[in-house]
Amino acid sequence: MTAILGQIAQIFLVVALAPLITGWVRLVKSRLNGRIGASPFQPYRDFYRLLQKEAVVAHSASWVFRAAPYVTFAAVWLAACIIPTFTTNMVLAPAADLIALVALLGVARFWTALAGMDVGTSFGGLGASREMMIASLAEPAMLMVSFSLSLITGTTSPAQIIAFVLGGGVGIEVSLGLALAALIMVAIAENGRIPIDNPATHLELTMVHEAMVLEYSGRHLALMEGAGMVRLTLFMALISGIFAPWGMAQPGAGALGVALGLGAFLAKCFILATALGFFETVIAKMRVFRYADFLGGALLLGLLATIFIYVSEAV
Amino acid sequence: MADISQFSYEVAHLIGATVLMAGFQLLYQRRLFAVLNTFAFQALALAAAAAWQAHVQHAPHLYITAAIALVFKAMIVPFALHWLVEKLGIHRSVETAMSIGWTMTSGVALVALSILLVLPVTANAAALTRESLALAMSVILLGLLMMITRHNAVTQVVGFMALENGLILAAVSAKGMPLVVEISIAFSVLVAMTLFGIFFFRIRERFETLDLNDLETYRGDRQ
Repeated sequence: MTAILGQIAQIFLVVALAPLITGWVRLVKSRLNGRIGASPFQPYRDFYRLLQKEAVVAHSASWVFRAAPYVTFAAVWLAACIIPTFTTNMVLAPAADLIALVALLGVARFWTALAGMDVGTSFGGLGASREMMIASLAEPAMLMVSFSLSLITGTTSPAQIIAFVLGGGVGIEVSLGLALAALIMVAIAENGRIPIDNPATHLELTMVHEAMVLEYSGRHLALMEGAGMVRLTLFMALISGIFAPWGMAQPGAGALGVALGLGAFLAKCFILATALGFFETVIAKMRVFRYADFLGGALLLGLLATIFIYVSEAV
Repeated sequence: MADISQFSYEVAHLIGATVLMAGFQLLYQRRLFAVLNTFAFQALALAAAAAWQAHVQHAPHLYITAAIALVFKAMIVPFALHWLVEKLGIHRSVETAMSIGWTMTSGVALVALSILLVLPVTANAAALTRESLALAMSVILLGLLMMITRHNAVTQVVGFMALENGLILAAVSAKGMPLVVEISIAFSVLVAMTLFGIFFFRIRERFETLDLNDLETYRGDRQ
């Protein structure tokens, strides 16, 4: 019963919290740039505005264009449901693992790219092609991180990995540090943050994700942007859950434990979002042709993590 | 070694891995100043490693090692190289003999190689020092790789210094390098640094470049 309640709370928590996290990142960046910036609740108002508006669809658009926002959002939302945020006690937790997570994110990306190409504008095609290039580099890195995590903990299920780490089954390992670095690099690429992609840009030469959703308006745009925000929350939950799971409620925890888990999750998201804002302010965007080096680096870090597992096991 | 707990080894390995990561960063950077900053960071991590070992092994002389790494390598050498680069007006991008991606891949292969090498050789050594030795060996090999794959003399010197960082890392984790050796190495690095500086000026005066590939044409047997 508590597992079902936990799952339902989680499903709504990720969607309710996602715009706030994005709003907070934007606020941190504005302040660091010397601007006052909009309130962190601005994304909620934006959603309200977008949902009021009519959805304009291009003449050349097919059903793919109309379906893509729903499929994308559903896939990302489902992926966010299997990553424990404040409790590991969830119904869907055993249903999927890190590899399924990669697949779900892949589905979302595939549909976004299809929608980008569907209308037939040059920007959409350009964005889709770049997105696929990033994906082809980021996915192996993500899988490599999953493998090294599962080699350490003996499972690919996020909830069980977290339970293992919380149970003190693993100390400070070199491999974990390397996997963390690789996962952060992948998360930056997957979420289209600087230095890979600039979420705030509409400059033709540099946009990747924005180029694909350029044709969307109204509720379609709201769903596409919402999917991006939920994806950011998902990666924050994944990173903070696996590498800093302290405070998370375990099965059998009472109301106090759950409240503590919730508070810990909010605090972790706050810290990560602030750090992201800082990072994005001090770094410059990368040239497209350097993506391969950056994400290849993430892949190699994942590989090194796996190598060092065998060193510490041989010891 | 029973007095040294598991935890202290884990922290030591983590710092060692940070030094190794800085070694990879050195291979990844494309700007000369970024390379120098990364080198300073690596030296900083090395100082932290030495200080941690001093704390864990109750060996005060390792604090001197840490201080040497901090003052000489994290401050004096990067500042001196910085000054040299500005003085000589070397253009600031790093020219590589191989693409960055391939260099990094070779780096990972070298790490795997050093692990394969260290594990059987040190079969009788205290179990947990082997991981540190593998890390240090990797840092040394990455320094060598950097010397091989960079054209510019300044980056080659940084590669040499990174190699030397790996040696110190091995020495502090192996428990027992005499202080005299330590200090003499530190000073020889400084002397080497000075010599390199003079050589930079001489090479540049003679050939008007610091790209060592251009020097090949002056070798008699190649013409």
